[in-house]
Amino acid sequence: MATETKTIRPQESPATRFWNWLTETQVWKSVFRHERPNTDRNRVLVMLSNIFLHLHPVRIRKSGVKLRYTWCMGGLSFFLFLSLTFTGLLLMFYYRPTLEYAYNDIVGLREHVPLGIMREMHRWGAHAMVITVWLHMFRVFMTGSYKPPREFNWSVGVIMLVLTLLLSFTGYLLPWDQLAIWAITVGSNMARATPFLGHEGPGAALLALGDVKLIHAADDARFALLGGTFVGEGALLRFYVLHCVGLPLGIAVLMAVHFWRVRKDGGISGPM
Amino acid sequence: MTDEVKPPTPAAPPPAAHAAPAVAKPAAPAVPPANLAGKTTTAAAAAGKASTRDPDDTSPLVTRRVWLAMAWGAFSAGSAVALAATGRFMFPNVLNEPPQQFKVGVPADFGMGVDERYKESNGVWIVRTADDIAQHASGFYVLSTTCTHLGCTPNYLSAEGKFKCPCHGSGFRTTGINFEGPAPRPLERVRVALAEDGQILVDKSRKFQYELGQWIDPDSFLQIA
Repeated sequence: MATETKTIRPQESPATRFWNWLTETQVWKSVFRHERPNTDRNRVLVMLSNIFLHLHPVRIRKSGVKLRYTWCMGGLSFFLFLSLTFTGLLLMFYYRPTLEYAYNDIVGLREHVPLGIMREMHRWGAHAMVITVWLHMFRVFMTGSYKPPREFNWSVGVIMLVLTLLLSFTGYLLPWDQLAIWAITVGSNMARATPFLGHEGPGAALLALGDVKLIHAADDARFALLGGTFVGEGALLRFYVLHCVGLPLGIAVLMAVHFWRVRKDGGISGPM
Repeated sequence: MTDEVKPPTPAAPPPAAHAAPAVAKPAAPAVPPANLAGKTTTAAAAAGKASTRDPDDTSPLVTRRVWLAMAWGAFSAGSAVALAATGRFMFPNVLNEPPQQFKVGVPADFGMGVDERYKESNGVWIVRTADDIAQHASGFYVLSTTCTHLGCTPNYLSAEGKFKCPCHGSGFRTTGINFEGPAPRPLERVRVALAEDGQILVDKSRKFQYELGQWIDPDSFLQIA
Protein backbone atom coordinates (compact mmCIF):
# COMPACT_ATOMS: atom_id res chain seq x y z
CA MET A 1 0.00 0.00 0.00
CA ALA A 2 2.78 2.34 0.76
CA THR A 3 4.21 2.07 -2.75
CA GLU A 4 1.06 3.42 -4.44
CA THR A 5 1.39 6.96 -5.77
CA LYS A 6 -1.40 9.29 -6.79
CA THR A 7 -1.18 11.80 -9.62
CA ILE A 8 -3.16 14.97 -9.06
CA ARG A 9 -4.22 16.85 -12.19
CA PRO A 10 -5.97 20.22 -12.26
CA GLN A 11 -9.71 19.79 -12.71
CA GLU A 12 -10.94 20.42 -16.27
CA SER A 13 -14.55 21.23 -16.98
CA PRO A 14 -16.56 18.57 -18.87
CA ALA A 15 -16.91 20.96 -21.81
CA THR A 16 -13.15 21.37 -22.05
CA ARG A 17 -12.60 17.64 -21.81
CA PHE A 18 -15.23 17.04 -24.51
CA TRP A 19 -13.63 19.66 -26.75
CA ASN A 20 -10.19 18.12 -26.25
CA TRP A 21 -11.55 14.69 -27.08
CA LEU A 22 -13.52 15.95 -30.12
CA THR A 23 -10.61 17.80 -31.69
CA GLU A 24 -8.44 14.68 -31.41
CA THR A 25 -10.88 12.37 -33.20
CA GLN A 26 -9.99 11.11 -36.64
CA VAL A 27 -13.13 12.60 -38.18
CA TRP A 28 -12.35 16.07 -36.84
CA LYS A 29 -8.74 15.90 -37.93
CA SER A 30 -9.80 14.72 -41.37
CA VAL A 31 -12.03 17.76 -41.84
CA PHE A 32 -9.86 20.39 -40.15
CA ARG A 33 -6.30 19.60 -41.15
CA HIS A 34 -4.68 22.37 -39.22
CA GLU A 35 -4.23 23.72 -35.72
CA ARG A 36 -6.39 26.53 -34.35
CA PRO A 37 -5.99 29.62 -36.55
CA ASN A 38 -4.09 31.66 -33.99
CA THR A 39 -0.90 32.16 -35.98
CA ASP A 40 -0.36 33.56 -39.46
CA ARG A 41 0.74 30.16 -40.70
CA ASN A 42 -2.34 28.39 -39.36
CA ARG A 43 -4.62 31.07 -40.78
CA VAL A 44 -3.05 30.45 -44.15
CA LEU A 45 -3.58 26.71 -43.72
CA VAL A 46 -7.28 27.27 -42.98
CA MET A 47 -7.71 28.71 -46.45
CA LEU A 48 -5.39 26.31 -48.24
CA SER A 49 -6.74 23.08 -46.75
CA ASN A 50 -10.44 23.76 -47.36
CA ILE A 51 -11.92 23.23 -50.81
CA PHE A 52 -14.58 25.91 -50.30
CA LEU A 53 -12.37 28.52 -48.67
CA HIS A 54 -9.49 28.01 -51.07
CA LEU A 55 -11.43 30.02 -53.65
CA HIS A 56 -10.32 32.97 -51.55
CA PRO A 57 -6.74 34.10 -51.64
CA VAL A 58 -4.85 33.79 -48.39
CA ARG A 59 -4.12 37.50 -48.42
CA ILE A 60 -5.75 40.32 -50.35
CA ARG A 61 -5.17 43.98 -50.97
CA LYS A 62 -6.89 46.34 -48.60
CA SER A 63 -8.84 47.83 -51.53
CA GLY A 64 -10.22 44.38 -52.27
CA VAL A 65 -12.56 44.55 -49.28
CA LYS A 66 -13.55 48.17 -49.80
CA LEU A 67 -17.21 48.18 -50.70
CA ARG A 68 -17.04 51.57 -52.37
CA TYR A 69 -14.37 50.22 -54.70
CA THR A 70 -15.66 46.74 -55.58
CA TRP A 71 -19.40 47.26 -54.90
CA CYS A 72 -19.24 43.51 -54.13
CA MET A 73 -21.19 43.01 -57.34
CA GLY A 74 -19.21 39.97 -58.47
CA GLY A 75 -19.68 38.35 -55.09
CA LEU A 76 -23.38 39.20 -55.10
CA SER A 77 -23.77 37.75 -58.59
CA PHE A 78 -22.15 34.52 -57.41
CA PHE A 79 -24.32 34.44 -54.30
CA LEU A 80 -27.44 34.97 -56.42
CA PHE A 81 -26.32 32.20 -58.76
CA LEU A 82 -25.98 29.82 -55.80
CA SER A 83 -29.38 30.76 -54.40
CA LEU A 84 -30.96 30.48 -57.87
CA THR A 85 -29.42 27.05 -58.31
CA PHE A 86 -30.82 25.94 -54.98
CA THR A 87 -34.32 27.37 -55.39
CA GLY A 88 -34.37 26.18 -59.00
CA LEU A 89 -33.52 22.68 -57.87
CA LEU A 90 -36.45 22.78 -55.45
CA LEU A 91 -38.81 24.06 -58.14
CA MET A 92 -37.83 21.13 -60.35
CA PHE A 93 -39.52 18.83 -57.84
CA TYR A 94 -42.89 20.31 -58.78
CA TYR A 95 -42.56 21.63 -62.33
CA ARG A 96 -43.21 19.47 -65.42
CA PRO A 97 -42.18 20.99 -68.78
CA THR A 98 -45.12 19.80 -70.87
CA LEU A 99 -48.00 21.64 -72.50
CA GLU A 100 -50.44 19.83 -70.25
CA TYR A 101 -48.81 20.62 -66.92
CA ALA A 102 -46.37 23.54 -67.18
CA TYR A 103 -48.75 26.42 -66.50
CA ASN A 104 -50.76 24.56 -63.87
CA ASP A 105 -47.59 23.53 -62.06
CA ILE A 106 -46.49 27.17 -61.88
CA VAL A 107 -49.90 28.14 -60.50
CA GLY A 108 -49.64 25.21 -58.11
CA LEU A 109 -46.24 26.38 -56.93
CA ARG A 110 -47.93 29.58 -55.85
CA GLU A 111 -51.24 28.19 -54.61
CA HIS A 112 -50.77 24.62 -53.38
CA VAL A 113 -47.15 24.06 -52.58
CA PRO A 114 -46.04 25.23 -49.15
CA LEU A 115 -43.92 28.38 -49.23
CA GLY A 116 -45.02 29.79 -52.56
CA ILE A 117 -42.23 32.28 -51.93
CA MET A 118 -39.81 29.70 -53.34
CA ARG A 119 -40.85 30.50 -56.89
CA GLU A 120 -40.80 34.23 -56.17
CA MET A 121 -37.29 33.95 -54.76
CA HIS A 122 -36.22 32.29 -58.01
CA ARG A 123 -37.96 34.90 -60.12
CA TRP A 124 -36.79 37.99 -58.24
CA GLY A 125 -33.35 36.50 -57.70
CA ALA A 126 -33.09 36.07 -61.47
CA HIS A 127 -33.99 39.69 -62.08
CA ALA A 128 -31.50 40.75 -59.42
CA MET A 129 -28.72 38.64 -60.92
CA VAL A 130 -29.11 40.29 -64.31
CA ILE A 131 -28.78 43.66 -62.58
CA THR A 132 -25.79 42.71 -60.43
CA VAL A 133 -23.95 41.19 -63.38
CA TRP A 134 -24.42 44.39 -65.38
CA LEU A 135 -23.28 46.49 -62.41
CA HIS A 136 -20.26 44.21 -62.00
CA MET A 137 -19.36 44.79 -65.64
CA PHE A 138 -19.87 48.52 -65.14
CA ARG A 139 -17.60 48.63 -62.08
CA VAL A 140 -14.90 46.59 -63.80
CA PHE A 141 -15.09 48.90 -66.78
CA MET A 142 -15.00 52.11 -64.75
CA THR A 143 -12.02 50.96 -62.66
CA GLY A 144 -10.17 49.86 -65.79
CA SER A 145 -9.92 46.33 -64.43
CA TYR A 146 -10.34 44.89 -67.92
CA LYS A 147 -6.85 46.05 -68.90
CA PRO A 148 -3.88 43.69 -69.22
CA PRO A 149 -3.21 41.29 -67.65
CA ARG A 150 -6.97 40.93 -67.05
CA GLU A 151 -8.22 41.19 -70.63
CA PHE A 152 -8.73 37.41 -70.88
CA ASN A 153 -10.84 37.38 -67.72
CA TRP A 154 -12.88 40.29 -69.10
CA SER A 155 -13.64 38.16 -72.15
CA VAL A 156 -14.67 35.25 -69.94
CA GLY A 157 -16.90 37.70 -68.10
CA VAL A 158 -18.51 38.86 -71.32
CA ILE A 159 -19.38 35.25 -72.17
CA MET A 160 -20.84 34.78 -68.71
CA LEU A 161 -22.90 37.94 -69.19
CA VAL A 162 -24.36 36.41 -72.34
CA LEU A 163 -25.00 33.12 -70.51
CA THR A 164 -26.73 35.03 -67.71
CA LEU A 165 -29.02 36.71 -70.24
CA LEU A 166 -29.68 33.37 -71.93
CA LEU A 167 -30.56 31.82 -68.57
CA SER A 168 -32.97 34.69 -68.02
CA PHE A 169 -34.40 34.26 -71.51
CA THR A 170 -34.88 30.48 -71.27
CA GLY A 171 -36.38 30.76 -67.80
CA TYR A 172 -38.84 33.32 -69.10
CA LEU A 173 -40.62 30.70 -71.22
CA LEU A 174 -41.14 28.12 -68.48
CA PRO A 175 -44.27 29.61 -66.80
CA TRP A 176 -45.94 28.97 -70.17
CA ASP A 177 -48.39 31.84 -69.88
CA GLN A 178 -49.26 34.28 -72.66
CA LEU A 179 -46.46 36.64 -71.67
CA ALA A 180 -43.92 33.82 -71.84
CA ILE A 181 -45.07 32.39 -75.15
CA TRP A 182 -45.25 35.70 -76.98
CA ALA A 183 -42.06 37.04 -75.45
CA ILE A 184 -40.16 34.00 -76.66
CA THR A 185 -41.94 34.14 -80.01
CA VAL A 186 -40.73 37.70 -80.48
CA GLY A 187 -37.29 36.98 -79.05
CA SER A 188 -36.66 33.87 -81.07
CA ASN A 189 -37.81 35.61 -84.25
CA MET A 190 -34.49 37.42 -84.09
CA ALA A 191 -32.86 34.13 -85.01
CA ARG A 192 -34.66 34.31 -88.37
CA ALA A 193 -32.26 37.13 -89.25
CA THR A 194 -29.08 35.21 -88.43
CA PRO A 195 -26.60 35.70 -91.29
CA PHE A 196 -26.65 32.63 -93.53
CA LEU A 197 -28.19 30.39 -90.84
CA GLY A 198 -31.51 32.22 -90.48
CA HIS A 199 -34.00 31.77 -93.31
CA GLU A 200 -34.65 35.55 -93.47
CA GLY A 201 -31.06 36.51 -92.74
CA PRO A 202 -28.55 38.09 -95.12
CA GLY A 203 -26.89 35.51 -97.31
CA ALA A 204 -29.39 32.77 -96.65
CA ALA A 205 -30.79 33.17 -100.16
CA LEU A 206 -27.34 32.44 -101.55
CA LEU A 207 -27.37 28.99 -100.00
CA ALA A 208 -29.47 27.24 -102.56
CA LEU A 209 -29.08 24.49 -105.12
CA GLY A 210 -30.92 25.79 -108.14
CA ASP A 211 -34.48 26.31 -106.98
CA VAL A 212 -34.02 24.32 -103.76
CA LYS A 213 -33.36 26.55 -100.74
CA LEU A 214 -31.00 24.97 -98.25
CA ILE A 215 -32.00 27.33 -95.43
CA HIS A 216 -35.72 27.54 -94.83
CA ALA A 217 -38.09 27.93 -91.87
CA ALA A 218 -37.88 24.25 -90.94
CA ASP A 219 -34.12 23.89 -90.72
CA ASP A 220 -32.60 27.25 -89.77
CA ALA A 221 -31.12 28.57 -86.51
CA ARG A 222 -34.53 29.45 -85.10
CA PHE A 223 -35.76 25.94 -85.77
CA ALA A 224 -32.82 24.51 -83.87
CA LEU A 225 -33.58 26.81 -80.96
CA LEU A 226 -37.30 26.03 -80.81
CA GLY A 227 -37.33 22.41 -81.91
CA GLY A 228 -40.16 23.39 -84.26
CA THR A 229 -41.40 26.19 -86.45
CA PHE A 230 -43.28 27.95 -83.63
CA VAL A 231 -43.07 28.15 -79.83
CA GLY A 232 -44.64 24.85 -78.84
CA GLU A 233 -43.92 21.62 -77.03
CA GLY A 234 -40.44 21.25 -78.46
CA ALA A 235 -39.45 24.79 -77.49
CA LEU A 236 -40.68 24.32 -73.92
CA LEU A 237 -38.66 21.14 -73.44
CA ARG A 238 -35.53 22.56 -75.10
CA PHE A 239 -35.64 25.75 -73.05
CA TYR A 240 -36.22 23.70 -69.90
CA VAL A 241 -33.20 21.47 -70.50
CA LEU A 242 -31.04 24.46 -71.43
CA HIS A 243 -32.26 26.40 -68.41
CA CYS A 244 -31.79 23.62 -65.86
CA VAL A 245 -28.75 21.78 -67.15
CA GLY A 246 -26.94 23.14 -70.18
CA LEU A 247 -26.51 26.83 -69.38
CA PRO A 248 -25.90 26.41 -65.61
CA LEU A 249 -23.20 23.84 -66.32
CA GLY A 250 -21.54 26.14 -68.83
CA ILE A 251 -21.64 29.18 -66.56
CA ALA A 252 -20.38 27.14 -63.58
CA VAL A 253 -17.33 26.01 -65.53
CA LEU A 254 -16.66 29.57 -66.65
CA MET A 255 -17.07 30.80 -63.06
CA ALA A 256 -14.34 28.42 -61.98
CA VAL A 257 -12.13 29.78 -64.75
CA HIS A 258 -13.10 33.34 -63.83
CA PHE A 259 -12.23 33.00 -60.12
CA TRP A 260 -9.02 31.12 -60.93
CA ARG A 261 -8.03 33.85 -63.39
CA VAL A 262 -8.70 36.57 -60.76
CA ARG A 263 -6.16 34.85 -58.52
CA LYS A 264 -3.64 34.27 -61.29
CA ASP A 265 -3.84 37.87 -62.46
CA GLY A 266 -2.83 39.15 -59.04
CA GLY A 267 -6.09 39.24 -57.15
CA ILE A 268 -8.81 41.86 -57.30
CA SER A 269 -7.40 44.84 -59.16
CA GLY A 270 -6.37 47.79 -57.04
CA PRO A 271 -7.24 51.45 -57.49
CA MET A 272 -5.30 53.10 -60.29
CA MET B 1 -6.94 40.93 -34.19
CA THR B 2 -7.93 43.78 -31.90
CA ASP B 3 -8.68 41.87 -28.77
CA GLU B 4 -7.21 44.72 -26.78
CA VAL B 5 -9.96 47.17 -27.74
CA LYS B 6 -11.47 48.98 -24.81
CA PRO B 7 -14.36 47.17 -23.12
CA PRO B 8 -17.77 48.84 -23.31
CA THR B 9 -17.84 51.64 -20.81
CA PRO B 10 -21.44 52.44 -19.93
CA ALA B 11 -20.77 51.52 -16.32
CA ALA B 12 -17.49 53.39 -16.08
CA PRO B 13 -17.79 56.49 -13.89
CA PRO B 14 -17.16 59.65 -15.89
CA PRO B 15 -13.96 61.52 -15.06
CA ALA B 16 -14.31 64.51 -12.81
CA ALA B 17 -13.67 66.93 -15.69
CA HIS B 18 -16.89 65.81 -17.40
CA ALA B 19 -19.03 65.72 -14.31
CA ALA B 20 -20.68 69.05 -15.03
CA PRO B 21 -22.28 68.21 -18.43
CA ALA B 22 -23.31 64.79 -17.13
CA VAL B 23 -25.20 66.43 -14.33
CA ALA B 24 -26.74 69.05 -16.58
CA LYS B 25 -28.23 66.50 -18.93
CA PRO B 26 -31.24 65.23 -16.95
CA ALA B 27 -32.78 68.68 -17.32
CA ALA B 28 -33.23 68.13 -21.08
CA PRO B 29 -32.63 64.45 -21.80
CA ALA B 30 -34.36 64.39 -25.19
CA VAL B 31 -32.10 66.96 -26.82
CA PRO B 32 -28.57 65.74 -27.54
CA PRO B 33 -25.88 68.22 -26.57
CA ALA B 34 -24.58 70.38 -29.37
CA ASN B 35 -21.05 69.04 -29.04
CA LEU B 36 -22.26 65.64 -30.29
CA ALA B 37 -22.72 66.98 -33.80
CA GLY B 38 -20.88 64.71 -36.18
CA LYS B 39 -21.00 61.70 -33.85
CA THR B 40 -23.10 58.68 -34.72
CA THR B 41 -26.75 58.80 -33.88
CA THR B 42 -26.33 55.63 -31.82
CA ALA B 43 -23.82 57.35 -29.62
CA ALA B 44 -26.05 60.38 -29.35
CA ALA B 45 -29.08 58.31 -28.48
CA ALA B 46 -27.16 56.33 -25.91
CA ALA B 47 -25.79 59.50 -24.38
CA GLY B 48 -29.20 61.13 -24.30
CA LYS B 49 -30.89 58.10 -22.86
CA ALA B 50 -28.54 56.77 -20.26
CA SER B 51 -26.58 59.92 -19.44
CA THR B 52 -23.76 57.68 -18.25
CA ARG B 53 -21.73 57.62 -21.43
CA ASP B 54 -19.12 60.32 -21.81
CA PRO B 55 -20.05 62.40 -24.89
CA ASP B 56 -16.40 62.46 -25.91
CA ASP B 57 -16.03 58.70 -25.54
CA THR B 58 -15.38 57.31 -29.02
CA SER B 59 -14.94 53.67 -28.00
CA PRO B 60 -17.41 51.40 -29.82
CA LEU B 61 -20.68 50.60 -28.11
CA VAL B 62 -20.42 47.05 -29.41
CA THR B 63 -17.06 45.35 -29.44
CA ARG B 64 -15.96 43.47 -32.52
CA ARG B 65 -16.31 40.22 -30.61
CA VAL B 66 -19.93 40.93 -29.68
CA TRP B 67 -20.72 42.22 -33.15
CA LEU B 68 -19.32 39.08 -34.77
CA ALA B 69 -21.23 36.88 -32.34
CA MET B 70 -24.45 38.70 -33.22
CA ALA B 71 -23.72 38.47 -36.93
CA TRP B 72 -22.98 34.77 -36.80
CA GLY B 73 -26.02 34.23 -34.61
CA ALA B 74 -28.27 36.03 -37.07
CA PHE B 75 -26.73 34.13 -39.98
CA SER B 76 -27.18 30.79 -38.22
CA ALA B 77 -30.76 31.58 -37.30
CA GLY B 78 -31.51 32.62 -40.88
CA SER B 79 -29.92 29.45 -42.20
CA ALA B 80 -31.91 27.32 -39.78
CA VAL B 81 -35.14 28.96 -40.92
CA ALA B 82 -34.18 28.44 -44.57
CA LEU B 83 -33.41 24.79 -43.88
CA ALA B 84 -36.74 24.28 -42.15
CA ALA B 85 -38.54 26.04 -45.01
CA THR B 86 -36.79 23.77 -47.51
CA GLY B 87 -37.91 20.71 -45.60
CA ARG B 88 -41.47 21.97 -45.46
CA PHE B 89 -41.38 22.72 -49.19
CA MET B 90 -41.00 19.02 -49.94
CA PHE B 91 -44.43 18.24 -48.44
CA PRO B 92 -47.15 19.60 -50.76
CA ASN B 93 -50.52 20.78 -49.45
CA VAL B 94 -52.44 19.41 -52.43
CA LEU B 95 -52.10 16.00 -54.06
CA ASN B 96 -53.16 15.22 -57.61
CA GLU B 97 -54.20 11.73 -56.63
CA PRO B 98 -57.59 10.03 -56.96
CA PRO B 99 -59.80 10.58 -53.91
CA GLN B 100 -59.99 7.89 -51.23
CA GLN B 101 -63.81 8.06 -51.27
CA PHE B 102 -65.71 7.90 -54.52
CA LYS B 103 -69.03 6.75 -55.99
CA VAL B 104 -69.10 4.09 -58.66
CA GLY B 105 -72.76 4.06 -59.78
CA VAL B 106 -75.94 2.29 -58.74
CA PRO B 107 -75.97 -1.47 -57.97
CA ALA B 108 -78.02 -2.17 -61.09
CA ASP B 109 -74.99 -1.12 -63.17
CA PHE B 110 -73.11 -4.21 -62.03
CA GLY B 111 -73.56 -7.81 -63.09
CA MET B 112 -72.39 -10.82 -61.10
CA GLY B 113 -68.62 -11.22 -60.82
CA VAL B 114 -65.59 -8.96 -61.00
CA ASP B 115 -65.91 -5.44 -62.41
CA GLU B 116 -62.63 -3.90 -63.63
CA ARG B 117 -63.84 -0.39 -64.52
CA TYR B 118 -62.27 1.24 -61.45
CA LYS B 119 -59.00 -0.69 -61.49
CA GLU B 120 -56.95 1.83 -63.50
CA SER B 121 -58.40 5.00 -62.01
CA ASN B 122 -58.93 4.07 -58.37
CA GLY B 123 -57.17 0.77 -57.76
CA VAL B 124 -60.16 -1.35 -56.79
CA TRP B 125 -62.16 -4.28 -58.15
CA ILE B 126 -65.86 -4.16 -57.42
CA VAL B 127 -67.20 -7.68 -57.04
CA ARG B 128 -70.85 -8.71 -56.93
CA THR B 129 -71.53 -12.11 -55.43
CA ALA B 130 -74.58 -14.22 -54.74
CA ASP B 131 -73.14 -15.73 -51.56
CA ASP B 132 -70.06 -14.26 -49.91
CA ILE B 133 -67.73 -16.57 -48.01
CA ALA B 134 -67.52 -14.23 -45.02
CA GLN B 135 -70.92 -12.57 -44.93
CA HIS B 136 -73.01 -15.47 -46.29
CA ALA B 137 -75.20 -13.00 -48.14
CA SER B 138 -75.56 -11.59 -51.62
CA GLY B 139 -74.17 -8.16 -52.46
CA PHE B 140 -70.95 -6.24 -53.09
CA TYR B 141 -67.44 -6.22 -51.75
CA VAL B 142 -64.53 -4.11 -53.02
CA LEU B 143 -61.02 -5.56 -53.33
CA SER B 144 -57.85 -3.49 -53.29
CA THR B 145 -55.73 -4.16 -56.39
CA THR B 146 -52.50 -4.18 -54.36
CA CYS B 147 -50.89 -7.63 -54.26
CA THR B 148 -50.14 -8.64 -50.66
CA HIS B 149 -46.73 -9.98 -51.65
CA LEU B 150 -44.74 -6.92 -52.77
CA GLY B 151 -47.39 -4.46 -53.92
CA CYS B 152 -47.69 -5.06 -57.68
CA THR B 153 -51.10 -4.99 -59.36
CA PRO B 154 -52.44 -8.45 -60.32
CA ASN B 155 -54.44 -9.09 -63.51
CA TYR B 156 -57.93 -10.53 -63.44
CA LEU B 157 -58.08 -13.68 -65.57
CA SER B 158 -61.80 -14.08 -66.20
CA ALA B 159 -61.44 -17.48 -67.90
CA GLU B 160 -59.77 -18.94 -64.84
CA GLY B 161 -61.74 -16.83 -62.38
CA LYS B 162 -58.68 -15.66 -60.50
CA PHE B 163 -56.38 -12.68 -59.93
CA LYS B 164 -52.84 -13.44 -61.06
CA CYS B 165 -49.93 -11.20 -60.16
CA PRO B 166 -47.43 -10.80 -63.04
CA CYS B 167 -44.51 -9.98 -60.74
CA HIS B 168 -44.05 -13.22 -58.79
CA GLY B 169 -47.06 -15.34 -59.72
CA SER B 170 -49.27 -14.93 -56.68
CA GLY B 171 -52.84 -16.05 -57.33
CA PHE B 172 -56.06 -15.05 -55.60
CA ARG B 173 -59.61 -16.33 -55.92
CA THR B 174 -62.31 -13.81 -56.79
CA THR B 175 -63.09 -13.74 -53.08
CA GLY B 176 -59.60 -12.32 -52.55
CA ILE B 177 -58.27 -15.45 -50.83
CA ASN B 178 -54.69 -16.30 -51.86
CA PHE B 179 -54.09 -19.84 -53.07
CA GLU B 180 -50.82 -19.89 -55.04
CA GLY B 181 -47.51 -18.11 -55.25
CA PRO B 182 -45.67 -16.19 -52.54
CA ALA B 183 -48.50 -13.88 -51.37
CA PRO B 184 -48.77 -14.44 -47.59
CA ARG B 185 -52.36 -13.29 -47.11
CA PRO B 186 -55.56 -12.49 -49.01
CA LEU B 187 -56.20 -9.24 -50.87
CA GLU B 188 -57.61 -6.48 -48.70
CA ARG B 189 -61.23 -5.41 -48.90
CA VAL B 190 -62.18 -1.76 -48.41
CA ARG B 191 -65.29 -0.08 -47.02
CA VAL B 192 -68.34 -0.12 -49.25
CA ALA B 193 -71.73 1.43 -48.53
CA LEU B 194 -74.82 2.77 -50.25
CA ALA B 195 -74.80 6.57 -50.58
CA GLU B 196 -77.92 8.64 -50.07
CA ASP B 197 -78.39 9.06 -53.81
CA GLY B 198 -78.49 5.30 -54.27
CA GLN B 199 -74.95 4.95 -55.63
CA ILE B 200 -72.34 2.61 -54.27
CA LEU B 201 -69.79 4.51 -52.18
CA VAL B 202 -66.25 3.11 -51.96
CA ASP B 203 -63.97 4.28 -49.15
CA LYS B 204 -60.35 3.18 -49.48
CA SER B 205 -59.35 4.83 -46.24
CA ARG B 206 -60.75 1.84 -44.31
CA LYS B 207 -59.24 -1.57 -45.00
CA PHE B 208 -60.48 -4.99 -43.92
CA GLN B 209 -58.10 -7.95 -43.66
CA TYR B 210 -59.38 -11.53 -43.81
CA GLU B 211 -56.66 -12.98 -41.60
CA LEU B 212 -57.65 -10.54 -38.85
CA GLY B 213 -61.29 -11.63 -39.11
CA GLN B 214 -62.34 -8.23 -40.39
CA TRP B 215 -64.35 -9.42 -43.40
CA ILE B 216 -67.36 -10.07 -41.18
CA ASP B 217 -67.49 -6.33 -40.47
CA PRO B 218 -70.75 -5.00 -41.99
CA ASP B 219 -68.84 -2.00 -43.42
CA SER B 220 -66.81 -4.37 -45.61
CA PHE B 221 -69.87 -5.61 -47.48
CA LEU B 222 -72.91 -4.08 -49.11
CA GLN B 223 -75.90 -6.42 -48.91
CA ILE B 224 -78.09 -6.28 -51.99
CA ALA B 225 -80.69 -8.96 -52.37
